[in-house]
Amino acid sequence: MTATEIRPTTDALLKTEAPKKPANMGQILRWMLLFLGGVAMVMPIAYMISTSLKWPHEVYNLKLIPDEPHIENYTYVLEDGRFYWWFVNSMIIAVITTVCNVIFDSLVGYTLCKFRFPGRYIVFIAILSTLMIPTEMLVIPWYLMSQQFGWLDSYWGIMFPGLMTAFGTFLMKQFFETVPDDFIEAARIDGLNELQIWWTVAMPLVKPALAALAIFVFLGNWTAFIWPLIVTNSVEMYTLPVGLSSFGDEADVAWELIMTGAAISTIPTLIVFLIFQRYIIQGVVMAGLKG
Amino acid sequence: MYRNLTIRQKQIVWAWAFLAIPILFYTVIRFYPTGNAILISFQDWNLLGDRTWTGFDNYQKLFADPVFWKVFKNTFVYLLIGTPVSLIISFVIAYHLDQVRFMHGFLRMLYFLPFMTSAVAMAWVWRWFYQPVPVGLFNNALASIGIPQFPFLQSTTWALPSVLAPAVWAGLGFQVIIFMAGLRAIPRSYYEAARIDGVSWWTVLWEITLPLLKPTIVFIVVFSSIGFLRIFDHVFNMTTNNPGGPLNSTKPLVLMIYETAFSAFDMGYAAAQTVVLFLVLLVVSLIQLRILRDS
Repeated sequence: MTATEIRPTTDALLKTEAPKKPANMGQILRWMLLFLGGVAMVMPIAYMISTSLKWPHEVYNLKLIPDEPHIENYTYVLEDGRFYWWFVNSMIIAVITTVCNVIFDSLVGYTLCKFRFPGRYIVFIAILSTLMIPTEMLVIPWYLMSQQFGWLDSYWGIMFPGLMTAFGTFLMKQFFETVPDDFIEAARIDGLNELQIWWTVAMPLVKPALAALAIFVFLGNWTAFIWPLIVTNSVEMYTLPVGLSSFGDEADVAWELIMTGAAISTIPTLIVFLIFQRYIIQGVVMAGLKG
Repeated sequence: MYRNLTIRQKQIVWAWAFLAIPILFYTVIRFYPTGNAILISFQDWNLLGDRTWTGFDNYQKLFADPVFWKVFKNTFVYLLIGTPVSLIISFVIAYHLDQVRFMHGFLRMLYFLPFMTSAVAMAWVWRWFYQPVPVGLFNNALASIGIPQFPFLQSTTWALPSVLAPAVWAGLGFQVIIFMAGLRAIPRSYYEAARIDGVSWWTVLWEITLPLLKPTIVFIVVFSSIGFLRIFDHVFNMTTNNPGGPLNSTKPLVLMIYETAFSAFDMGYAAAQTVVLFLVLLVVSLIQLRILRDS
């Protein structure tokens, strides 16, 4: 399926139009069940946030609304310093990786879509073929490489494997198909060079796709676990997921503090979702349709 | 010199200039490590000593290792429970959600939110739910209605489904959205025709909806299978004091790879396991595509 077809359909797919029928008992029941199911789905998140607002003595009761909600747990956890650093590390890594992906994936996608040159097909297939290789197969060589070049326990070490992705390249290539060649031709006649054409003409036309790509890459790196776990050694270099997992044994865990840590690592992505909900849902649909 | 080139030649120069850094990246960070992993899988190397060629020794050792077969079985149990369960639940939700107008966006948001969470954070939340009384939420709830405790993460039988549950939960929202997009893509006229013919909804479901959803189903099955075969974050974080326990009953292949490489530092053996993982993913995906596309 080409991207020109995707654009209108994704919009149509998101619209919630259907002939209006009067509600009957069956439909009310359906709505109620879906609502209950939805509430059950968000329960773990709700309990996590609720517990992070509780005092230690209320942690083990089943109440969702704390008796005396307070933010002491957050100030305690952040003053301790570790979560603060892990948050900063995660943010720096996720933001830089996202910027890198947005630039390079779209540059490669654009080149493969709009330029005609010998070797184009081979480059495309080669990049696409990397999708089949699981990360787990690469972690050992990446580790050896990092050890050799002194990248262990550094931001660069955590980031380098994800600076470009084949998935993003493929997604962007599909979307540049929607940019008419005439626009690019016209810009060329106006005397813009190819770099300017890509950045000032083509990029603004695929903003929704860039937004979706940015959100996916950010989410992926924010929640990434196995590689940061392998490449970091010192507590100051941990990312949030690695830091959380370092608490280990549940026997000596203060659950309200762990829930606070979990909430700190979850709330940013929930906020991103609530703001960019439309782009994200659209992005999921686009990513799904390409398959 | 650049000025003397034709437009077509200039384009070629630009194209390769744009691709230079990415090609370097993919070569050094993707292709070279892939080859290297395969190479190391034929060597014996503990990271400190010399690398020695051992041919297929690592693979022979792996296939003779009872822990590997246990882990291999677990990995497929994750797949064989996780994929159908999440496929059916997400289809049922999507099928009904698709027909609901009232607060549609809100309901969709409720189902999608878990997808935006971090697996490690949610593993801790679920781990807390599973604890015995007086800590765990589930056992407290059971106790309050007089049901004896349930040994979620302590039992060799129930630990694996308990670890799998949050993984299924987190992925549902994604699959629901994909299913709804697939449902919307089915032309309304098919349903109109069925309605005029007076066909029952059950027949419509089996004769129109499901056959036309086949591409969506293929995508979800392949995509979620790859996810379940590579399960790691949830297992590692719910069984930290004894990763993959109790008694290896939850250990998937990726956790075995992690432990072999980064606890035992047996790089050659771990690399052989990663090659096996790669082949498993490849074969499972190909078989699924073959079966689902043809039937």
